[in-house]
Amino acid sequence: MRTMKKAYLSLVLIFMYAPIAVLIAFSFNESRSRANWTGFTLHWYGELFRDQRILSALGTTFSIALISTVIAIILGTTAAIGINAMKPVGKKTTMTINNIPVINPDIVMGISLMILYVFVFRFFVAGLELGYATLLLAHLSFNTSYVVLSVLPKLRQLDPNVFEAALDLGATPLQGIRKVVVPEIIPGIITGGLLAFTMSIDDFVVSFFTAGSGVENLSMVIYSMTKRGINPKINAISTLMFIFVMALLYVVNMLDKNSKKKIISSD
Amino acid sequence: MTKIHRRLFSIPYLVWTGIFIILPLILVFYYSLTIESGGQFLFSTSNYARLMDPVYLIVLQRSVVLALLCTVICILLGYPVAYILASKEYINKGFLLFLFLAPMWMNFLLRTYSWVSILERNGFLNSLFELVGLPRMDMLYNNSAVLLGMVYNFLPFMILPVYSVLRRSDQGIIEAAQDLGANPRQVFFRLTLPLSIPGMISGITMVFMPATSTFIISDLLGGAQNMLVGNLIEQQFYRANDWHYGSAISVVLMVLLLLSFVIFTMVDKNEEEGILF
Repeated sequence: MRTMKKAYLSLVLIFMYAPIAVLIAFSFNESRSRANWTGFTLHWYGELFRDQRILSALGTTFSIALISTVIAIILGTTAAIGINAMKPVGKKTTMTINNIPVINPDIVMGISLMILYVFVFRFFVAGLELGYATLLLAHLSFNTSYVVLSVLPKLRQLDPNVFEAALDLGATPLQGIRKVVVPEIIPGIITGGLLAFTMSIDDFVVSFFTAGSGVENLSMVIYSMTKRGINPKINAISTLMFIFVMALLYVVNMLDKNSKKKIISSD
Repeated sequence: MTKIHRRLFSIPYLVWTGIFIILPLILVFYYSLTIESGGQFLFSTSNYARLMDPVYLIVLQRSVVLALLCTVICILLGYPVAYILASKEYINKGFLLFLFLAPMWMNFLLRTYSWVSILERNGFLNSLFELVGLPRMDMLYNNSAVLLGMVYNFLPFMILPVYSVLRRSDQGIIEAAQDLGANPRQVFFRLTLPLSIPGMISGITMVFMPATSTFIISDLLGGAQNMLVGNLIEQQFYRANDWHYGSAISVVLMVLLLLSFVIFTMVDKNEEEGILF
């Protein structure tokens, strides 16, 4: 029974990692072929850093992810504080609306934002077109939902008297929020921010419809390459990004464990 | 600062959701109910009438059938994984769970495209077949390839919720049942499985919804004959340039998914009552 369980898990893992293994392996392949192994090389990793298109897409991907995450954290956390103080009906309605970007299919979200932008540009502000700003706003609109969703449960756990106590002891409301509320909900903020960041980095569909023709992120470069044959450089950058995200998750996981230990030891 | 003051904090976000969540959806409805003629938007239901054409209905049907198949396969493949990972002997192996979720953090376009190099005629699998003396086979650009891509992409969405429900379920009840003489099969079918239904329901929604609306998986692995609803929508916006018709298809897709969502959650409630009585 035990070996059967192990065998089953291994089989599913092989299924899940086969494409990733192929991808990583062929980032070290000498020829451009995706099927025949001709020898080991780091050539594509070197090429990668000379490819302007990939580098600028990488820059777009990370700057969009970073900026939209930071703004989403600010907008989402303040929103969550407000939503938490709402009456049940208002809270429920707001959360239903907040969940639309999470539940709605990517493609519908993409086209609906594209329609919004183009409609506004056509009938209200002429002369603008799709680009970096519209892409950023699109990412912001799904990222904020994730932050609200992660912060709200933490606020609910928070004892409302703590904040009132801080005010009674002479803290200004802003001090109260900064020094009492925020430290308590920081795990929710970090989870939400991380979720938003990875969602933004990985997004293709919404970006595809909202970035226009001048700006592209990494996923869009990859998509256009799938139409004209994948370049091993793309395998190389994916390998690097996979390692980066794994390391990020590992660090966050370690931080989480350490903070738990600290709380326990300080008791 | 009173509660009312604190409520004011949500105002910027409420304005934001009005502009970037609600308004776009209203515009999609508006576009779906109009046609453009001479720069003017005229009210019309012809976009919806067009969707009744068998050519399009087949695409709709294919999307739903493939997504349903994908969901069933994900349950059959993913449930045992979640069950094993949540069992006592694996409970301390959090790293294993991480391994099952980690692929989600690699760009999904590339992960999906990677299947092309595995399945194509000169690909990895066919080279293996040749080595053992089998003929090369056409495995790409058909419905099965699309299905494989769907299962591959969405399997973690089934494993995670089922796993967390199984982890949280009360071991005491199961031990009590064992003490009272239930055999393993009875324990599983009368307790574990019914208790894990909420997890399965969220897994089903998390798999079925993106599978129905995907256009990348079918675009990369399906080829032109195996279009899904997602491809149809994308075409209207980027090739046919008929945004009004594209909006109508999107509305139908949203209604379809909303209905399935309601049905899934209704099943969940019924089952919970079923356990109680």
